[in-house]
Amino acid sequence: MAAENTTGTTPGSTGAVDVGAARAALREVPNDPGAPKPDPILVGSGLVRRFGGLKAVDVGHIEIQRGVITALIGPNGAGKTTLFNLLTGFDEPDEGDWSFNGSSLRKVASYKVARMGMVRTFQLTKVLAKLTVIENMRLGATGQKGERFWSAVFPSIWRKQEDENTVRADALLDRFLLAKKREDFAGSLSGGQRKLLEMARALMVDPEMIMLDEPMAGVNPALKQSLLGHVKSLRDEGRTVLFVEHDMDMVRDISDWVIVMAQGSIVAEGTPDAVMADPRVIDAYLGAHHDTDLSELDEEKIEAEAMAELEGKDKP
Amino acid sequence: MDLFEILRAALSQALGPQAIVLALAAIGLNVHFGYTGLLNFGQAGFMSVAAYGLAVPIVIMDLPFVAGLVMALLMPVVLAVVLGFPTLRLRADYLAIATIATAEILRLVFGSVEMRDIFGGSNGLTGYARPFQDLNPYGSGIDLGIFALSRNDLWAATVGWILVALCSLLVWALMRSPWGRVLRSIREDEQAVRSLGKNVFAYKMQALVLGGVFGGLAGLFLALRQASVVPSDYGTNITFFAYTALLIGGAARVLGPVVGAIIFWFLLSGLGALFSQATSGANPLIPEVIMSNQQASLVRFILVGLALMLLMIFRPQGIFGDRREIAIDGR
Ligand SMILES: Nc1ncnc2c1ncn2[C@@H]1O[C@H](COP(=O)(O)OP(=O)(O)OP(=O)(O)O)[C@@H](O)[C@H]1O
Ligand SMILES: [Mg+2]
Repeated sequence: MAAENTTGTTPGSTGAVDVGAARAALREVPNDPGAPKPDPILVGSGLVRRFGGLKAVDVGHIEIQRGVITALIGPNGAGKTTLFNLLTGFDEPDEGDWSFNGSSLRKVASYKVARMGMVRTFQLTKVLAKLTVIENMRLGATGQKGERFWSAVFPSIWRKQEDENTVRADALLDRFLLAKKREDFAGSLSGGQRKLLEMARALMVDPEMIMLDEPMAGVNPALKQSLLGHVKSLRDEGRTVLFVEHDMDMVRDISDWVIVMAQGSIVAEGTPDAVMADPRVIDAYLGAHHDTDLSELDEEKIEAEAMAELEGKDKP
Repeated sequence: MDLFEILRAALSQALGPQAIVLALAAIGLNVHFGYTGLLNFGQAGFMSVAAYGLAVPIVIMDLPFVAGLVMALLMPVVLAVVLGFPTLRLRADYLAIATIATAEILRLVFGSVEMRDIFGGSNGLTGYARPFQDLNPYGSGIDLGIFALSRNDLWAATVGWILVALCSLLVWALMRSPWGRVLRSIREDEQAVRSLGKNVFAYKMQALVLGGVFGGLAGLFLALRQASVVPSDYGTNITFFAYTALLIGGAARVLGPVVGAIIFWFLLSGLGALFSQATSGANPLIPEVIMSNQQASLVRFILVGLALMLLMIFRPQGIFGDRREIAIDGR
C-alpha cells in the first residue's frame, strides 16, 4: 500500500513527473494507431472482448503516456466504456494482456487495480445514495485503519486518520463546488452533481492514474470550464489522466494526446490538431453521424414511404 | 374478557426469553440485510448449528460445558464461511437460495432417524444445561401482576438482555466506524466500492460471519433457556419472524431489531390471548361458527402479517427508520 498522503497534492508512488518533458516527448511519437510512447504507464495488446457475435473491443496495441492527459474519443458504441472496464478489471477480455507500471493486470481483481493506483469513474454514476456526500468522500481514502474489523471498535485507533481524511475531503468538495451539499444524502444530488462527486471521490484514493468516463456529461457550461481547469491541475500534480469525452472543443482544449476508437478498434491517434484533421477520424465520425446529418433527408424518406404505405392500405 | 390477563400475557412474552431469541436473531439479520444488503434467509441454520454445537459435545461426547460454549460460537463461523465462499462473489440471490436450503437441510439432518445417535432425532438432546441453571442467583421468579417470569425465565431473561445489550453495543460501535461505512456502501453499490480499492468479498464475508454469530447466540440462548434442543424449533418461520421484527423496528438502525422483537412478541401473544379468551368458555364472545378455539391461535399470525403489510405501505422505514433515506430511493 502506498504511504499515507494527507494533502492530496501529489499522487501515490512514483514521485514527480515532469509534465513539460512528457508532453514534449509525445511530439516525437508518430500519429499511428497503437504507436509506442516514450514513457508508457499503461500498455495493452491484443485485447479482445466479444459480446455474442459482436467484437465490442478489438485493440491491437495501446499505450498511454505517463503524466499527460489522453482523450479517448469515438462514436457511440465504439467500445470506449468496455475498454475502460477491461483495463480496470471490471470486465474480463477474451484475449489479450495489459500492464500498469510494468506489472501485468491479467486476472487482477478490480479492487487491486485501484490500489495499484489506477482508479476509474463510471459513465453511469455510482454514488452511494444512502450515504451523505461527506461519507461518500471519506470512503474513498485508502489505508484506513478503521476499516479493519478489530480496530473499528476502538475509535482511538482511527479517529485521527479519519479527521485528516475529512480535511482532505472537505478541500476536494470545495474544489468541486459541493461543499454546500456536504451533509446531504448523495441520492439527493442532481445528475451533474453526481458526476462531480464521483470524480472528487476517486481523487480521495489519490490515484497515480485516473480514468474518467464522460466526466463532463450533464455538467453545465460554466462549471465545465472550471472542471477543465481541475483536470488540467490533476495533470500538473503529476497524475496521468485518461478520459472519454464527446465534446470535441473540450478534447481539443485540454488533451495532450487523442486516441480514436471506432467499432472496437483504435483507428487513429495523435495530437488533438492532427487527429481532428485526420481523414480516418472524419470517416469514423461521419459513419456514426450518418444518421444525424442525414436525419432530415431520412425523415422525408420515411414520411414518403409511410404515405405510400398508407395510400396502399386505403385502396380497396 | 379480561384485559389484564391479555396485557400480562403480552408483556411477559415481550420482555421474556422469546423476545430475546428473536432480538438476537434479528440483530444478526440487521448486520446482513440492514447494513450490508446480504439476503440471509437461513438464520435458523445459524441458530441450529450453535444449539447443537452446544449440546452435542456435552451430551454425546461428555466434554465439559465450556467446550460446548466454544463449539456453539465456532459453528456459526464455520457455516458462514462455507456458505459465503461460493456465493458471495455471485449475485445477491444466490446467497438467499443457499442459506434457506442449507438451514432446511440442517434441520432435517438434525432430526433424522439415521443420525439419532448424534443429534437425538426428532426428540433432540437434553441434559446439558445444568451448569447454566446452577448459576441462577434468584431464589424465586417475579410476579408484578401485569408481568411475570418464572425463576428460570427470570435468570434467562437477565442473561439474555445483557447479551442483547452487548450485541447492540458492538453493532453500534462497528457501524459508526469506517468498517461500518464500507458495509453500508456495499449495500448501495458494490462496484463503486471496488473502484475505490476495497476488497468487497472480504467485507461481505466478515459481515456474514458477524451476523451469523449473532444468529448463533440466539440459538445458544434458546438452547440454554429451554434446556433442550429440538429440530422443530429451527424451522424457516423463525427466520421470517426475525425479518418481521427487523422490518417493524427499522433496518439499519442499531435498536431496530430489539424494539421490533419486543413489539412482535407483544402483538403476537397479546392477540393470541385476546382471541383465545374471545373464543373459549360456554358462551364465547366470537361464536364457534365464525372462529373456533383452535383457529384462534392461528388468526394472530394473519393479523401480524396484515400489520406488517400496513407498516410497509405507510412507514416502510420501520419505527426507527429515517424517512429521508426512503424518499431518495426513487432514482
Ligand atoms: N454487457 C454488454 N452486453 C452486450 N453488449 C454490450 C455490453 N456492453 C457493451 N456492449 C456492446 O458493446 C459495444 C460497445 O459498447 P461501449 O459501452 O463500450 O460503447 P462506448 O464507446 O462507451 O459508447 P458511448 O459513447 O455511447 O458510451 C456496443 O455495441 C454495446 O452494445
Ligand atoms: Mg461509454
